[in-house]
Amino acid sequence: MASKLTEKMTWYAGTWRLPNLIWQFLFFVIPLAFLFYLSFWLVKNYRMVPGFDTINWIRMFSKGYFWDAYYITFCLAFLSTGITTLLAFPCAYGLAFKTSISARRWAVFFLIIPFFTSYLVRIYSWQVILAENGVINAALSFLGVGPYIMLNSMFGTMIGYLTLALPLVIILQTLSLSNIDRSLVEASENLGCGPFRTVFTVIIPLAKIGIIIGAVFCFILSFGDFVSPYYLGGSKPPTLSILIIDTTKSGQQWPRAAVVAVSMILTLMIVAFTAVKLAYRKQQ
Amino acid sequence: MPRKNKKILTKTSRRKVLKYSVAAGAALFTPFVHRSWAETVEINMLSWYGLAEPDMVEEFEAKHNVKFKPKYYAGGDNMLAALSQSPPGTFDIIHTDAEYARILIERGDLIDELNPSDYPFDDMLYDDFTKFPGHWKNSKLYSVITRFGHLGVSYNKDHVTAEEAMSYDVFWNPKLKGKVGHFDWHLPSLGEISLLNGNTNPSPFDISSEAWDKLKQKTLSLKPQVKGFFDYGGTFGSLKNAEIWACVGIGDWVTGVLEKDGAPVGSVVPKEGGIQWTESYSIVSTSKKKDIAKEYIQYSLSPAGQVRSAGMKAYPAFAVTKSGMKALQEQKPTEAKRTGQIPGVANNPITLIKEGRIHYRDIPRQQSLEEWNEFWSEYKNA
Repeated sequence: MASKLTEKMTWYAGTWRLPNLIWQFLFFVIPLAFLFYLSFWLVKNYRMVPGFDTINWIRMFSKGYFWDAYYITFCLAFLSTGITTLLAFPCAYGLAFKTSISARRWAVFFLIIPFFTSYLVRIYSWQVILAENGVINAALSFLGVGPYIMLNSMFGTMIGYLTLALPLVIILQTLSLSNIDRSLVEASENLGCGPFRTVFTVIIPLAKIGIIIGAVFCFILSFGDFVSPYYLGGSKPPTLSILIIDTTKSGQQWPRAAVVAVSMILTLMIVAFTAVKLAYRKQQ
Repeated sequence: MPRKNKKILTKTSRRKVLKYSVAAGAALFTPFVHRSWAETVEINMLSWYGLAEPDMVEEFEAKHNVKFKPKYYAGGDNMLAALSQSPPGTFDIIHTDAEYARILIERGDLIDELNPSDYPFDDMLYDDFTKFPGHWKNSKLYSVITRFGHLGVSYNKDHVTAEEAMSYDVFWNPKLKGKVGHFDWHLPSLGEISLLNGNTNPSPFDISSEAWDKLKQKTLSLKPQVKGFFDYGGTFGSLKNAEIWACVGIGDWVTGVLEKDGAPVGSVVPKEGGIQWTESYSIVSTSKKKDIAKEYIQYSLSPAGQVRSAGMKAYPAFAVTKSGMKALQEQKPTEAKRTGQIPGVANNPITLIKEGRIHYRDIPRQQSLEEWNEFWSEYKNA
């Protein structure tokens, strides 16, 4: 009887999982497989010709500019992840532990609002703010300092990444911190732990999964972003997403652009799987 | 009494229902009745941004009861990609750069042969325009020139003098360190630096491997001066807010829009010469609206079409016909004067061409397009 019930439950659960599996298969697995296959095609007379030639992989991997772009993209995404996670945590901590439920709801609502407008529009707004004769430098000039170069620099790129990822990371961390059992925090305090020790030895380990998942999201968004490094970073130096655009401009070299794209996806998969493994390590 | 009232109400209600139904039916079906005898023809255009905007096509649309449906691209390769990835019959008319018109013709089956007598070649401002390189193959016409512009040194007048701007060397001026921008496309930028290196014969794009190596070295030496690499919007914004004081690879097609808006920017063709971008129209072989497409090309070359093209809001250009330039001088004298499209001035575009200071933008002749693009990626990463 019990095994029949389990069997029924499996079918029931499986049925509900099916749409998600179909969706992933149709819109992730198949396009990814096609992208991988495309990387072996050739371009002849500006037309893509199906085939199976490894020349695109050999050519891209032998180019110094590919590895330069890879290195800079990875470093920028890593830096962005670190900065975003550090900036998000105090905010999420405040929302989870020091704010009423009603205020927290409002705060989360305000964090979602930026997503109502296009990311590109927000980035163009930053151009006006960060320019040498922009809003910030104009304000600083009243204090007799500046102008500072912020636009078309790495600083500009970081501002863009924060615009993209910070609200999302704060929300994820807030949800994670809000689910921590308060009695454990109280126990820590009762046992004489100061606030900092409680945060580092109780709260952070308990919220580890949420913090890591937030960081992974930030890394993924930053690693693949084209808009910030192009419009706030001045494409100097170019990232992998900019290299994809540049490659397609070169006589329709979509297969070589596919090599860059597949390399990016593989990198993100490795990072994501490693991070998830790290997040659930102790639980296992 | 109540029963009587109810009867009256019911009668009135039925009348009202009938009346409103007829009115609603008429309102709903009127557009379809109208459309059945005057259906608007849709013309699908593949073009650079702005060519199918109201300031360019509204007059033609109203006169011929057509509606342009544009698909905009940025860069010839994107145009080729859009064309390759669309099913036959998607586009009726293609607006492209001359060097990419050549590729369209080479592919054989994409665009139609045109009848030269349909177009006012006897009205062209310059002989070359009647047999423009890349528009003809085996004495057969495939693409018709409609507008052009010159690329040189674009600069901020508050920080760079007109004298300084008269040489591409200005980009290496120490006061412009971190203030030089690049339009993010290898052809115009490398073409200009090729001119600085003296590659004028036969063309800055037709250079030996030795000259190519020198061009690469010279370009790499510019990198410490460079603020960034920008698309149209980025170039526009960076010049406007003085993020950059000089820009490689552009001309009046960007600064002209800003200048009209009051920004202290301008473009000149320096002493080493300038690059010409040339745009043309072709009719797609699979189009079913070839007659109206031909009429639009004819309209583009008419004085009215040329005046609109010269003042196009997205990016201005020079007129290609004598009657077009004359109409511009009469209707928009300020714009004609600003762009040198008046007789006897040093920056008259035709005078510059005749003096041999202008070189037509082209795809690399002795290297592959890919080789130039790969170097561009290396340069951006340097």
